[in-house]
Amino acid sequence: MKRYIDFYLSSMKISILQQFQYRVANYFYMIGMIAEPVIYLVVWSTIANQQGGTAGGYTPGEFAAYYIVWTLVRNMNIVFTPYGWEWRIRQGNLSMELMRPMHPIHNDIAYFSGWKFVVIILWLPLALFLSWVFKPTFDITWAEGIAFFIAIWGAYLIRTMLLSLLGMITFWTTRVSAIFELYFGLELILSGRLVPMTLMPQWVQSLSNYLPFKWTFYFPIETLVGRMSAQELVTGIGMQILWIVIGASILNLVWRAAIKQFSAVGG
Amino acid sequence: MNPFRLAWTYFRIGMMNELQYRVNFFIQLLQSAIALTTGLIGLSLVFSQVNNLAGWSRAELLAVMGVHLLMGGVIRSAIQPNMERLMDDVLNGTLDFALTKPADAQALVSIREFRFWQLTDVLVGLVVIGVAVAQLQARMNLLQVVAFILALILGAVMLYCVWLMVTSIAFWVIRVSEIVNLFEGLYAAGRWPVGVYPDWLRTGLTFLVPVAFAVTVPAEAMTNRLTPETLLFAFGLTVMFVLLARGVWLIGLRSYSGASA
Repeated sequence: MKRYIDFYLSSMKISILQQFQYRVANYFYMIGMIAEPVIYLVVWSTIANQQGGTAGGYTPGEFAAYYIVWTLVRNMNIVFTPYGWEWRIRQGNLSMELMRPMHPIHNDIAYFSGWKFVVIILWLPLALFLSWVFKPTFDITWAEGIAFFIAIWGAYLIRTMLLSLLGMITFWTTRVSAIFELYFGLELILSGRLVPMTLMPQWVQSLSNYLPFKWTFYFPIETLVGRMSAQELVTGIGMQILWIVIGASILNLVWRAAIKQFSAVGG
Repeated sequence: MNPFRLAWTYFRIGMMNELQYRVNFFIQLLQSAIALTTGLIGLSLVFSQVNNLAGWSRAELLAVMGVHLLMGGVIRSAIQPNMERLMDDVLNGTLDFALTKPADAQALVSIREFRFWQLTDVLVGLVVIGVAVAQLQARMNLLQVVAFILALILGAVMLYCVWLMVTSIAFWVIRVSEIVNLFEGLYAAGRWPVGVYPDWLRTGLTFLVPVAFAVTVPAEAMTNRLTPETLLFAFGLTVMFVLLARGVWLIGLRSYSGASA
């Protein structure tokens, strides 16, 4: 256990130092990313105003709150991408990581979670700017704040599991880009990334309850923006833990089968 | 050296290269279909709440979406691949090979790459535009069609100029690949008519990244909103962008130093 903790702390430290050197590049990336929620926000506040104040139960101020928190959740949701897995498997770079005495997923989790600290520091001024422009309405209790802090890390782990599984399809076929796009399309609709789930038709909302997606976007955002009871907060975090366990178990099974498939020259 | 004949030759080479990988067409088609489906879902969510968005009806917004898809296909097949190669060339010092050829360097770096299968998006965009026109139940007269095509061409030229200027920053700062992401994010804003955005953002989308002229103005031409003044203004702005891009390119080129390519 101690060697895992040591490994995690050192990896996180390395990634913080590395990524802080590329702060300008990180910023360009982040500004490009912020265009997406701003577009949704503008469209939906226009609709709310046109309808006399609310759409799907959200006022323009609440939409602003939703999509500003969205930007932080989206940043927390950046994990080692399936395209990265494709590259790592196709080019044979995985060979090197297989030499390590632990599962390569640990390195991904540790490195990206260290990066988050840089991301959050860079995110703060942007959040202030967006709040100044779009005037969000917030009403945050202590319990919600604490739940949010846990939920964003839960979302990070769920998405790590899902995208790693997706990337590992490359062990069997190298024509994966269309599969990846399909996944991201489904995630966009079913996670609350496009619009708060209450704006979706009832059957989509019910469907999303049985899928992992909404625990990575909608739930963490709503902990802060919505009015959830203490019980709902705890249940939500419980669901996140459940999906992390399910994801990790499947990952483990698939990994064992996959590694038998893997052959690389060089790397 | 006639740049148009040169462009045609490069286009043919690019096409022949890509035609070797025919399965890629179906993969590209699948990806276009996914993008189209998510776009349509977004549109239907909007219209489950209201019957117009800032004065644009459903069919009119479908037209905007079609133009956005079409222009996106143009960018990804003809503009972006060339600019990404230029970024790599500046980074690696291999731009020497382009500069030593007996043709205008700007023309050359702008036509070397062509991704044929990305034209699938152009095709899908055209189909969406066709459906939108049918739904609008308004017959487009010849003048409108001409204005539409003209607006599209002007928009594409402006987008090319912005790409070239932004890529030219590489002459000074070397690493600019993240800018691609920034540009994609801003281009996504063109999915909706720029009229819905707040003033400061609309100004940016008009003059800094002319998404307004690339997508909204052609869509206006289809929906009877375009005034001759706007089109004239677009023409003037295009001329300005072309001159500005040429200037930035020439100044940037002076800072280029190829190291042992």
